[in-house]
Amino acid sequence: MKVIVGIFMVMSFLISSSAYALKAGVPLEFENAEQEALYNDMLHELRCTVCQNQSIAGSNAPLADDLRGHLYKMVGEGAGEADIKKFMVDRYGEFVLYRPNFDPSTYLLWVGPFLLLLLGGIVLRLNVRSRSKINSSSDLTAEESELLANHLDSKEEKK
Amino acid sequence: MNRHMIPLAVFAALLLLFWVGLGLNPKVIPSALIGKEAPKFELPELHDPQKMVNNEMLKGQVTIFNAFASWCISCRQEHHQLLKLQREGFYLVGLNYKDERQDALMYLRQLGGDPYAMIAYDYKGDVGIEWGVSATPETFVVDKKGIVRYKHTGPLYREVIENELIPLIRKLEQES
Repeated sequence: MKVIVGIFMVMSFLISSSAYALKAGVPLEFENAEQEALYNDMLHELRCTVCQNQSIAGSNAPLADDLRGHLYKMVGEGAGEADIKKFMVDRYGEFVLYRPNFDPSTYLLWVGPFLLLLLGGIVLRLNVRSRSKINSSSDLTAEESELLANHLDSKEEKK
Repeated sequence: MNRHMIPLAVFAALLLLFWVGLGLNPKVIPSALIGKEAPKFELPELHDPQKMVNNEMLKGQVTIFNAFASWCISCRQEHHQLLKLQREGFYLVGLNYKDERQDALMYLRQLGGDPYAMIAYDYKGDVGIEWGVSATPETFVVDKKGIVRYKHTGPLYREVIENELIPLIRKLEQES
């Protein structure tokens, strides 16, 4: 029974996840596979500016619907990826792209994580180095060695 | 520097980052239109579908271009401010965004009048896309030459009007 329910859930999930390609229940038609692929790619590249953490693929906001319609029209008219991105950025700004372009205003955004990683690496290295110094400078004096040996011996005897 | 100060400094830096970062309003998206010419459009007028409203009509004076809809709750909040602006002699043009004509007319009647010199009726929302409207109300200021100079997202309130909108319009009115 559980298996059947599981299969049913997976299937309904698959169906719903392809539903974004539909508008008002009618499957979209494309002239060729490239256009369809471009349309599907762009759906996930463009942010819905109303519901800001969703792409226009996943959003039910009326604006997302309008943007999907616009995208479909542009793809049908033979627009390329660059044309579509330019159209959206000209109107909604860089924010509409889920992967913003690499330019001065986004340098920190793109490079930041690697800078942090580098910083972490440096801190780690400094830490390790200072600790290895502690170890190497911990040679025992003759007196200490004797004390240690005596201590260990007394432990052995107890066994 | 004392090494115990380092975590404290990191903490302080993070605190500052979050203080500023979380204080920003994510709904405010900088407009891509500022400094550019107002998008071309031509739409029927809300009251009189025979008349057309187009982008050329925004030129010649400083225009407050305001996108609104009857279904938009925060538009109701700012409506009395728009009426006040009109009484003070400012030139307002409306964009009725994705609305039913009857609903929009009713909305204007219920809320005390029509502050707009004319209203473009954008039933399909295509012109809204041209202006980068993502959530009404949005207010733009267009200068005499038809260049977009300012955008405010969300309802207009007194501080914004007195500190930003009116001073900017006064300044733009001085330009030839």
